[in-house]
Amino acid sequence: MQFRKTWVMALALTSVVALSACGNNNGGNNAATNNGGTNAAATNAPTETSSGADLSGSILASGSTALQPLVEQVAEKFMETNKGVDIQVQGGGSGTGLTQVAEKQVDIGNSDVFAEEKLKDADAEKAKALVDHQVAVVAIAAVSHPDAGVDSLTKQQLVDIFTGKVTNWKEVGGKDQKIQIINRPSSSGTRATFEGFALGTKTEDLQGSIQEDSSGTVKKMIGETPGAIGYLALSYLDDSVKTLNYDGVEPSVDNVVSGKYPVWAYEHMYTNGEPNETVKAFLDYIMTPEVQTGDVVELGYIPASQMQVSRDVAGTVTKK
Amino acid sequence: MRVKPKKTRIEKHHLEDFVGRAYMSFCVLLLIVIIVSMVYFVASKGISTFTSGDVKISEFLFGTKWSPEGDTPSYGAFPFIAGSFLVTLIAALIASPLSICAALFMTEIVPGWGKKLLQPVIELLSGIPSVVYGFVGLSVIVPFLRNTFPGQGIGVAAGALVLSVMILPTITSVAADALASLPQNLKESSFALGATRWQTIARVILPTTFPAIMTGVVLGMARAFGEALAVQMVIGNAPFVPKSLFESASTLTSVITLSMGNTTMGSPQNNALWSMALVLMLMTFIFVLLVRMLERRNKI
Repeated sequence: MQFRKTWVMALALTSVVALSACGNNNGGNNAATNNGGTNAAATNAPTETSSGADLSGSILASGSTALQPLVEQVAEKFMETNKGVDIQVQGGGSGTGLTQVAEKQVDIGNSDVFAEEKLKDADAEKAKALVDHQVAVVAIAAVSHPDAGVDSLTKQQLVDIFTGKVTNWKEVGGKDQKIQIINRPSSSGTRATFEGFALGTKTEDLQGSIQEDSSGTVKKMIGETPGAIGYLALSYLDDSVKTLNYDGVEPSVDNVVSGKYPVWAYEHMYTNGEPNETVKAFLDYIMTPEVQTGDVVELGYIPASQMQVSRDVAGTVTKK
Repeated sequence: MRVKPKKTRIEKHHLEDFVGRAYMSFCVLLLIVIIVSMVYFVASKGISTFTSGDVKISEFLFGTKWSPEGDTPSYGAFPFIAGSFLVTLIAALIASPLSICAALFMTEIVPGWGKKLLQPVIELLSGIPSVVYGFVGLSVIVPFLRNTFPGQGIGVAAGALVLSVMILPTITSVAADALASLPQNLKESSFALGATRWQTIARVILPTTFPAIMTGVVLGMARAFGEALAVQMVIGNAPFVPKSLFESASTLTSVITLSMGNTTMGSPQNNALWSMALVLMLMTFIFVLLVRMLERRNKI
């Protein structure tokens, strides 16, 4: 029994390692090759048992609540195949994740934004030590109350609304109704993404605007408040709110992947320096086609590996 | 023969005494260490906003512009301090009469089944998690206010209404205790003089127990001041002093819970949040002080 158990584990482990060897953070579009790799590794596994690639240890991840469900679900799967590994995933927000990984309190810091955007000035040195692993993409769409009477807004119209220049829906082609902004707090990563890539400018909070931090509450409020406008991740969209096109482009997964729809951001998993063997295996596992086309899509994220464009800290978009 | 067992009995007794005392001293010491370190932690974090030279105390306390992410960041926390006081006072104004009436009902009007009926209900109210209050507020109170009054329903009024229900149990139970502990002969003498039940309640019972009832009100206000989640869900959290009761505003707690996770430790914004926590803690001290003073007056 004992022997068989180690044998099965080694088999599982080597397949993971083999998969991770093929996929890297940016690539991974060669799914067929990867599958081939898995089979080859599986047949070779018995001979490799003695090499001792047994993964063990514990991984502590904290940070972004937007990324938390994905990491939790993938961690469950990873622990099933790697019995020696214990992964704990905590929330706390992107700022918490980045702080804790910079101070080496956790192994992985989950963040909705680039570390350089949060760790500024005196902390800029800390950001340099962090290694970025972009595991998924989240796209954000402007949404309104279903009866606002608007299908699409241009960039300039959105800027006017969120800076308070336009206060009535009729000014942007809708019905005669006051616009109620449902915003995120100024420190929110979702707001940073929306302001950075949809508006192109930072906005001040307006008197009377409403701020909520949880996507569920934001959706509830937009759906129930007449004249409301806000923004939500694609995974939260349903019929209770009206999804607005941006400059005529529909916020769909295809448009995000091809780079036509610009309002999206990476979900980052930061490690302090290069990750150790166990953490690396876990991060590599997230980038495998199995997870990227499985859990990632299932939970409403967009696979980072499928993106046809990439973006750097400064916001410069390049075709892959 | 007789001496030996006696000796062991005394030794065992001494040992138990020693263990008990050592354990209790340890617990007390631990408690003191925890309290002192909590106060020290919050205070040192909160003060660092001012010592680092990022923000002046006067700017923090009285500045009305909160824009930590702006190009020229400003850290005026006055809207939040005002919001906290506003919702707390309104909540206390709504809840106090209700609670005092409930307490009178339980102790003076129908002490029998009235108490049996109300007590469990009030205990139930205090056991409901605050997120449930917040959700009920969002699903029931906010739409009601939106349809009845101008504005979007979200705002100070919604926050105060939710809070008033949350502090009902605190005020009621303290007031009921105070009323129940009132010396019986006071009431009897009042009745003997020919006073009716309402005259007795209004002229004798309420004035005598006033300080004790006020203790309940202050405790309720302390709870309201520190409540975060339920208020955050319904108040709207715009960093401005509201112009009306039906406009979005913020409290100290709602801003802390909204922003703490999104900011990195040691950044000016994070420090400013700790300063707000310090303000909250100082306010709690003041509430405790008030309760102490009222208790001293309460001794008949």
